[in-house]
Amino acid sequence: MTVRVRLFAHMAQHARDLAGPDADRPDLDLPDALPLADLPALLLRRFPGMPWPASTLLAVNQEYVPPTYRLRPGDEIAIIPPVSGG
Amino acid sequence: MPDFHFSLSPDPLDPARAISAVSRPHAGGIALFLGTTRAETHPTLGPLLHLDYHAYPEMAEKETRRLFDAAAGRWPLLAAAIHHRLGPVDVGQPSIVIAVATPHRADAFDACRYLIDQLKATVPIWKREHYQHSARWQAESAPHTAPPIPPHAPPA
Repeated sequence: MTVRVRLFAHMAQHARDLAGPDADRPDLDLPDALPLADLPALLLRRFPGMPWPASTLLAVNQEYVPPTYRLRPGDEIAIIPPVSGG
Repeated sequence: MPDFHFSLSPDPLDPARAISAVSRPHAGGIALFLGTTRAETHPTLGPLLHLDYHAYPEMAEKETRRLFDAAAGRWPLLAAAIHHRLGPVDVGQPSIVIAVATPHRADAFDACRYLIDQLKATVPIWKREHYQHSARWQAESAPHTAPPIPPHAPPA
């Protein structure tokens, strides 16, 4: 199944520096129902040295979800490093 | 159901627009919060020139709406508006304006404070700090984890 990943802030910059301007929103081909908890390791293999803040959160389809979430085809997964709006 | 206005825009913020968006005949008070870019000097990077805001716009809107719904469950809101600026914001300029209208002033202050505090904790917007000698994402200065990385549970 295919899912879309979106990266932000310095994580997006790291991906673009490694792999080009669109690398901050890669489409990934993953096993069906993969637990979200397995995704960080896959991303670190794709983007070696990706800086990963300890309190980074994960969102699916624009909502925060727990790491036990199982991915579905077409999901949009966002890696959310510590936010700094306001 | 109270009204909620949200916008993300590179245009300069206009507090009067947020106030008029929440003005209601039954309001006894409108609390207004303006977040502005603070002048700072980094020991090696020099003075801060501006901040550069980026968002995950689709989720920023959803998450902000969720915070508004939670606030509406706690206080008798008549209307609220949250306008956040994107792109470069010079020192001294506002990056966010929040306006909240309620029948009585205490609720307006409390709900306004809740909205800015929660927004700063969960809404996916990031700033890049541009100093005279270099620029950096604020998220870069958070503690980092070595792999393998256990994903965090989401905020309540």
